[in-house]
Amino acid sequence: MILVKNGHVIDPVNGINEEMDLFIKNGRISSEFKINEKECEVIDAKGKLVVAGAIDIHAHIAARKINSGRAMRPEEFRRVRQKTGKFRAAVGRTLLTAPAIGYEYVKMGYTTAIEPATPSLYTLHTHEELDSIPIIDKAALPLFGNWHLVFKFIAENDIEKLASFISWVLEKMKGYGVKVVNPGGVEAWMYGSNAHSIDDLVPYYDVSVRDIITGLIKANEMLDLPHSIHIHCNNLGEPGNYETTVDTMKLANGIRNNRRQVLHVTHVQFNAFSGSGWKDMGSGTEEIIKLVNKSDNITIDMGQVIFGHATTMTADGPFQFDLHKLLKNKWINLDVELETGTGVVPLIYRPSSPVHSVMWAIALELGLLVNPDKNVISTDYPNGGPFDRYPYIMTLLLSRKYREKEMERAHKYLQRAANLPSIDIERTLEDIVKMTRSSPARILGMHNKGHLGEGADADVVVYDINPAEFNPDKYREIEKALSSALFTIKGGTVVVKNGKIAGDIWGRTMWVDATLRTTAEIIEPDLEEYFNYYTVNRENYGVEERWMRRAERIEVG
Amino acid sequence: MNVIIITGRTTEQGTLVEDKLTHDYFKSVNYCELNKEDFARMGLKEGDRVRVKTDYGEVVLFARKNVIDETHIPEGMIFIPMGPYANQVINPGTDGTGTPQYKGVKGIIEKTDENVIGIPEILR
Amino acid sequence: MENVTCTFCGAVCDDLYFDGDEFRTKDFCPLGEAKFSRKKRIEYPTIDGKKVSYEEAVERAAEILHNSKRPLLFGWSSTVNEAIRLGVILAEKVRGIYDQCASVCHAPSVLAMIEEGIASGSLGQIKNRTDLAIFWGCNPVEAHPRHPTRYSVMARGLLTKGRADRKVVVVDVRKTVSALMASHFIQVKPGTDYLVFSAMRALMEGYEDAVPEEVGGVRKEKLIEFVEMIKSAKYITILFGLGIAHTRGHDRNVENVIKLVQLINRYTRCILQPMRGHFNVVGAGEVAAWECGFEWAVDFSRGYPRFAPSEFTGVEALLRKDCDAALIVASDPAAHFPRAAVEQLKRIPVIQIDPFPNMTTLLSKVVIPCAISGIEAEGTAYRMDGVPIRVKKVVESEYWSDEEILEKMLEKVLKLRED
Repeated sequence: MILVKNGHVIDPVNGINEEMDLFIKNGRISSEFKINEKECEVIDAKGKLVVAGAIDIHAHIAARKINSGRAMRPEEFRRVRQKTGKFRAAVGRTLLTAPAIGYEYVKMGYTTAIEPATPSLYTLHTHEELDSIPIIDKAALPLFGNWHLVFKFIAENDIEKLASFISWVLEKMKGYGVKVVNPGGVEAWMYGSNAHSIDDLVPYYDVSVRDIITGLIKANEMLDLPHSIHIHCNNLGEPGNYETTVDTMKLANGIRNNRRQVLHVTHVQFNAFSGSGWKDMGSGTEEIIKLVNKSDNITIDMGQVIFGHATTMTADGPFQFDLHKLLKNKWINLDVELETGTGVVPLIYRPSSPVHSVMWAIALELGLLVNPDKNVISTDYPNGGPFDRYPYIMTLLLSRKYREKEMERAHKYLQRAANLPSIDIERTLEDIVKMTRSSPARILGMHNKGHLGEGADADVVVYDINPAEFNPDKYREIEKALSSALFTIKGGTVVVKNGKIAGDIWGRTMWVDATLRTTAEIIEPDLEEYFNYYTVNRENYGVEERWMRRAERIEVG
Repeated sequence: MNVIIITGRTTEQGTLVEDKLTHDYFKSVNYCELNKEDFARMGLKEGDRVRVKTDYGEVVLFARKNVIDETHIPEGMIFIPMGPYANQVINPGTDGTGTPQYKGVKGIIEKTDENVIGIPEILR
Repeated sequence: MENVTCTFCGAVCDDLYFDGDEFRTKDFCPLGEAKFSRKKRIEYPTIDGKKVSYEEAVERAAEILHNSKRPLLFGWSSTVNEAIRLGVILAEKVRGIYDQCASVCHAPSVLAMIEEGIASGSLGQIKNRTDLAIFWGCNPVEAHPRHPTRYSVMARGLLTKGRADRKVVVVDVRKTVSALMASHFIQVKPGTDYLVFSAMRALMEGYEDAVPEEVGGVRKEKLIEFVEMIKSAKYITILFGLGIAHTRGHDRNVENVIKLVQLINRYTRCILQPMRGHFNVVGAGEVAAWECGFEWAVDFSRGYPRFAPSEFTGVEALLRKDCDAALIVASDPAAHFPRAAVEQLKRIPVIQIDPFPNMTTLLSKVVIPCAISGIEAEGTAYRMDGVPIRVKKVVESEYWSDEEILEKMLEKVLKLRED
């Protein structure tokens, strides 16, 4: 039992922004008020900010992709974060080892993270890595947007079959939701091509990108999964791509869900470029921001770029090949039979680069102008940069002064190619809590997370920030306080004290079982046929719960 | 005769790697295979032994000529199945890669009357 | 039992039948047959040749590891990921060296990947799409016998329906049995792969003048023809073996073929696949990468991982006399390391965990027998293309699994550290 006393609690879900006590019992927030302090571990949080544990909605923290990146980039592991001792050794610059990922998240108050792209064929590997990340709770989203069976069901216009297939895959893979990456484009890459608009057709199956996206939204809503489909749009990283993003968002028109969005568009920064080429590339956020703010069925995350080292890794095979040609840097490609592709290319974001500076500004424009209830902070780790720089992003959003200072470092091209310089807004602490806690929890459908109401997971963070005396001009102090939590409590256990790891526990891996809503029989003949083309027997395909460290099944239906 | 030494897997060696301390395993790795012409030129017949010498060591092996007709080893090359015998003569140097040079090592072979030693002797 | 997974080679076939009561097999290749047959086992744990209990052997092993300055923990390619993970943690906690069989196998290919990355794919991409398969410096018929039928040469896929839809080229220094299944055989001189790749890159980009009349023993016209065949194919897979990675130049040879593949992708699609040897040699690298950042040749003597293949592979550490004890798991370095490295292994206390007696057993101080992964113990393994496949327990056994042994050993070591 833990009592967090007198802290300044900010909990937008429950409308709290005031001094109060928090009582933790059996790993949950309790509303008991008769508390015997002697039986509790008491944390005095007077004058400190107390919030729920943060959630990273989109970070490539596990799976073949990041691990191939590690294997290709030993240069990333010369930074020592923690020597071996009571806890594990932790190393890594922007790519981290599994132990380092868990430790670094909780140090800055994050207690949950989502691996957003797992090829099903390789998902057992994904779970093994997730199981090696200490402390935090996790989940993984299998990739659907270039799966041959998805194309087949879309071509047949059979949403019921598609829904059955989705629930079959989630159960087999212990996956949490539906991820879509460059729909149709990755399959086109198998022929050396790509998809460039939502009207492009997929070779061999003759279905359009538009059909794939709407079909998947409809199937996802038929199942009413906790999370909506989670999309990485076509044309990522191409000047002028904001138009494709707007076209994609419009596909959600007329489809509704009372609890949440029906379309989550991820790392939007990479898909919000204007211009016709690199010479006139600029910010294309304006229309996107308008559209998201006026829609109640679309949400986004930022995809902030951090100046410095990064490793791009996506299921977007053709994009990664283009980046390899552009940068002439080393390149990993992994084509996955019948399902998807993958690529990895290292990259440095330089403030001296006009394009990189504009990208940095685009994400901040999204962060400052999109309603915080529909927006989440992300770097698309490790694509935009390391997740341990989230405090930097939060502070940039909180402090105009900090932004101005950082803008001086950036290339002056951003002054005319981006709107950021004219934006005066400073986000409040409550906005930041929304963009890191309540919004990702609602978007993901994790109702025990992102808030501190009764029954919520006891994931609680105490920061050395006094909301009553908050001054955004003191940005160095703010960033430092957000980087190094005074206390992080995970599931009722203190895991961080004064920015140092204090406890090592194992979190859960959540997965969604929607099989009650579907009948696998209707897709049986299709599965039988397509498993002739796999190189793994159907009986050996998938992940069993007993192989996982701490699986948590979430049943819908 | 000067030769280039190649080492590698064979089916027979593969089927016996978990039976290492058996006579069958020794037999599967204690020979070298030569080109037919080289075999004849050296006056070898089945059951004869050759001494293989390199800068890194030497070993006595049974000599075999190409077993399957459709396959062949070019002249001037010998093949030794991977294993303890091959490892007496391959290049342990790794050129900074950490991996020895198991293939393409230069050596000399000559006919010998000496016997092929057993595995315990190799370890001695 | 149906759908049994074979734990011999990197092809990790999962479509086999095995009757564990009678040790009856169906559909296995000769290598798999041998793997799934009854063989002589290490009967009980020993210390200095004397029979002891599992507990005593594990305790002594923990003491040896704890008391040594820098133990070498080597092997891992023939066990499951669960055991490998414990092995990496054990290496970290005893501040030793973690190295695995790749360092005497495809590690040069991984070094090349560090320089250039690699354009690769899962094996189903060969089965379903590949219309031109090129085997270079490898001999699948003898090393991965079911690879040609299941994945590459004869496999029937979605777009490429079988052997008739596929051209097959074998490139090697000798005409192996694998060359017999090819439509084209190209013989190169030993040690000239690098030159041939360079010539092909030049031809690919139209620099015909820069290529001499003969490269690596191959006539220029033949190379031009080969490059044209590649350019006119839709989806090419190049499968390569130690013929490239184990000759002079090592990783540089592989780097050149990776660059060739990068170039081919500017004209058509092409992937590259190393023919990895042991059934879980890929896991021995992948697990280490996520646990400590590096795949092999990792030293923990400073309390954090450092990577240096020129110092910390098993062979280098032994040649330099840089380790004073060794734990050998699921491997036989006494049979597969160069003579000079084995000399050092004979001088230091060696702990062995293995189901079968082998040459390393003969020089080990502590010998701990274990259950056979994939027959008597289950777990996860990675096929040569990294696809994770569960290997099964199909026979009951009294032997402890690698995982159990290492778990107990790690516990003991942590306790010794506390004291």
